[in-house]
Amino acid sequence: MKIQGKAFVLGDDIDTDQIIPAQHLVYSLENPEEKKFYGRYALSGVPDVQSGLPAGNIPFTREDEFESDFTVIIAGTNFGCGSSREHAPFALQVAGARAVVAETYARIFYRNAVDGGFVVPYETDVKLNDKIKTGDDVVIDRDTGYLFNVTTGDEFQLKGLGDVAEIIDAGGIFEYARLKKMV
Amino acid sequence: MTLTEKLLARAAGKSLAAPGDNIWVDVDVLLTHDVCGPPAIGIFKKQFGENAKVWDKDKLVIIPDHYIFTKDTYANRNIDILREFAKEQDLPHYYDVGTDRYKGVCHVALPEEGFTRPGEILFGTDSHTCTAGAFGQFATGIGNTDAAFIMGTGKLWVKVPETMKFIFEGEIPSYIMAKDLILQIIGDIGVDGATYRAMEFAGDGVMRMDMEGRMTLTNMVIEAGGKNGVIEPDDVTFNYVRQRTDKELHPLFNSPDAKYHSVRVYKSQDLEPMVAKPHSPDNKATVTEVKGTKLTRAYIGSCTGGKLSDFVAAAKIIDGHQVHVETYVVPATTQIANELYTEKVNGRTLIDIFAGAGCKIGRASCAACLGGPSDTFGRLQSDEICISTTNRNFPGRMGSKAAQVYLASPYTVAASAITGVITDPRDYLPVETTV
Repeated sequence: MKIQGKAFVLGDDIDTDQIIPAQHLVYSLENPEEKKFYGRYALSGVPDVQSGLPAGNIPFTREDEFESDFTVIIAGTNFGCGSSREHAPFALQVAGARAVVAETYARIFYRNAVDGGFVVPYETDVKLNDKIKTGDDVVIDRDTGYLFNVTTGDEFQLKGLGDVAEIIDAGGIFEYARLKKMV
Repeated sequence: MTLTEKLLARAAGKSLAAPGDNIWVDVDVLLTHDVCGPPAIGIFKKQFGENAKVWDKDKLVIIPDHYIFTKDTYANRNIDILREFAKEQDLPHYYDVGTDRYKGVCHVALPEEGFTRPGEILFGTDSHTCTAGAFGQFATGIGNTDAAFIMGTGKLWVKVPETMKFIFEGEIPSYIMAKDLILQIIGDIGVDGATYRAMEFAGDGVMRMDMEGRMTLTNMVIEAGGKNGVIEPDDVTFNYVRQRTDKELHPLFNSPDAKYHSVRVYKSQDLEPMVAKPHSPDNKATVTEVKGTKLTRAYIGSCTGGKLSDFVAAAKIIDGHQVHVETYVVPATTQIANELYTEKVNGRTLIDIFAGAGCKIGRASCAACLGGPSDTFGRLQSDEICISTTNRNFPGRMGSKAAQVYLASPYTVAASAITGVITDPRDYLPVETTV
């Protein structure tokens, strides 16, 4: 299985208030007419100059749109720090993102991304947010764990997903628990 | 085993739990609020059925606190969802908006109502659920999906964390508050310095603190990435808890052979009043280094900085002065809001001191700590420079991403409010206490 699309590049310590600012946490996560606003405002809290590196000033979701042009988020350390709002990985998914590739994650974001089945949180041993540019076409091979940058020809091995691969493959904690006859 | 390892082991029905183990634990209390409660309820119903009942209605606590005093129709609709669910499930621990039961900020209301019991396991749909670790409870924040899972099953999987220990030796100087200690620690280890780990606070400097001071420490472990914060329960803990609940307590303590990831020792006497500069809680500086920095606003409130002792501290400094920047005072809970009218400093009530100094007094809730809807009391709407007793200063946290937020203790915020620039609280505290 492959995740393919354009990369959106960010720095370190992207907290959940930057991923989805608190004023937008009022919309229903079920009602389609309301939930699309999570896509509209995903990553809208990132300061403009740090949004879409290295150039900056690139919105993740364009003004008045509800879906992003970007599929894979590339970030530095401690992605998703701050509040426990599950609306954060949810907003990225609603916007159309399918994977995040970061050096490290804050614990609750990582867990929410996995247990809710929203986006696949890959970790890397090396810093990638200075090697990939916003707008580069990238492909992640879920089977081999390689990220291929189509634009530059570079290839990077991502860290294995470990214990949580089973939950991600199932689609989330409930689906996993059903497979295991736990609920 | 460490206290955290023992808490998790017992809740999993095991005699041993080692860091890295993935185990399923039984949950004693699940906390939720108006932002994450409605989506958690939605997932619960989707997964367990429209007519499903929660696993144990006595163990689910719902405290609306985030977006209360707003005209935002979506936010108000979310309170309606909580109210409906509480009625449908016949929940005894729902604290409805607009009634005498309304509490305010969940992490301060939870102890007031006796839900922070040593030895127990608490999960909450809010990252500052870690506050309750001050009572020797295992307490951590989770998302909506995990909360829905607990609502249906009473269980959750957790990875047992390693424990980092932070010891404060000797009496804390009178001009230093718990906020200075935790800002020092976060500055030392960074905003991801404790990721996936427990943070334990110990030493006579910590154990001489009252529960509110201890809660300020554990509240902000999440700002270092910590999974939970914890303090061994003692007489201070038991006295507090026993005044608020009759429930039998089963406290746990560290074993003598407990193994730690690391131990850091601080000499309390060496501590300085601290700030976290914009835009990260680990961007530390001493007040001395940044004093004179111009401000446009001061804010005293939240689960970490809106407790009664925080207002008493601020009032000691503000009494007899006028504030020179807009200063917002937001009590965490209804109980604290009432105590502002009865608690006195220098013979004057806190409300007299704050109102007389020109502060704006808000109603109990999370208010501008996390920005919130555009009509939120105290929200930073543009390029304000605010000094705040809250716990986070990432870009846009208190509203506008053009704003700048300095985090500091209630003493430092109060001293800065009356001068309009960052000010050392020692300049305004009685001379004999500044050593």
